[in-house]
Amino acid sequence: MTKWPELERFLQTDPKDVGCDEAMAVLHVYADMMAVGEDPELVYPGVSAHLRACGPCVEDLHGLLEAIRATSEGD
Amino acid sequence: MGAGSAGSRSLDPETAEWLASLRGVRRDEAIGQLHDVLLRVARSEIRRRNTGGQITGPEVDDLAHQAAADAVLLITNRIDEFRGESRFTTWAYKFVVFEVSTKLGRHFWNRNRAPRAAVDWDLLPDRLGTRPADAAELQDLIAAVRAAAETCLTQRQREVFTAIVVEGVPLDALVSSMGTTRTAIYKVMFDARQKLRKELVHGGYIEAVETP
Repeated sequence: MTKWPELERFLQTDPKDVGCDEAMAVLHVYADMMAVGEDPELVYPGVSAHLRACGPCVEDLHGLLEAIRATSEGD
Repeated sequence: MGAGSAGSRSLDPETAEWLASLRGVRRDEAIGQLHDVLLRVARSEIRRRNTGGQITGPEVDDLAHQAAADAVLLITNRIDEFRGESRFTTWAYKFVVFEVSTKLGRHFWNRNRAPRAAVDWDLLPDRLGTRPADAAELQDLIAAVRAAAETCLTQRQREVFTAIVVEGVPLDALVSSMGTTRTAIYKVMFDARQKLRKELVHGGYIEAVETP
């Protein structure tokens, strides 16, 4: 039995992971799909795999979603 | 594997208006409006990320203005790359969000340039968020990770791994300090994680599990 699951999860890599450049190239499309309730993982499984592992890229996604939300609320 | 594609969608009216304005005779006015929108997003994004109060006072607004101005320049230079796969504003927000991210990384690095002390591997459990309950097991695992890092990783992989995972340097700050790109650092970390995992599985410290 693994004694340190967090370490194991951290070291786990996903071969579907497309990396930062490819994720950033479509992050606006990914965010728009999320904002309207679609599931972008169906179209971009490799980007989803990347976002599960890359803190900076997922932080950018959160920033995009927040900007979309603020715009839609007329903030 | 590529990122996939959602395909082009028909342009929403607001997107069509932005594109027409930015390419038309009232381009300068449209650029001014775009700058105002992106400045608002930049300020909001800095506030959202600046939870530790690393940036205060006029620096916040300086950084927001720099991010908005740089994003506007990029957007106007690359507007023909916009393919209508999202709303124009979402595409534009991406530039300013990334500019904020990059500038905050640079800011972190400029404020934390002090020479590094010896790597304190005992910080590893705090960085990962959880730790095994048994102290002896924990020390055993930390020693195994350290040994694997020292024997299996290249110098660059070890430098990046210890900076991010043990010392808690933000990835974007490391990008700035090393003068490289986010994708390059991520690739170094990706390879380092694979090597360490393989070594720790070999040593019986973690289980061999099929990747998803």
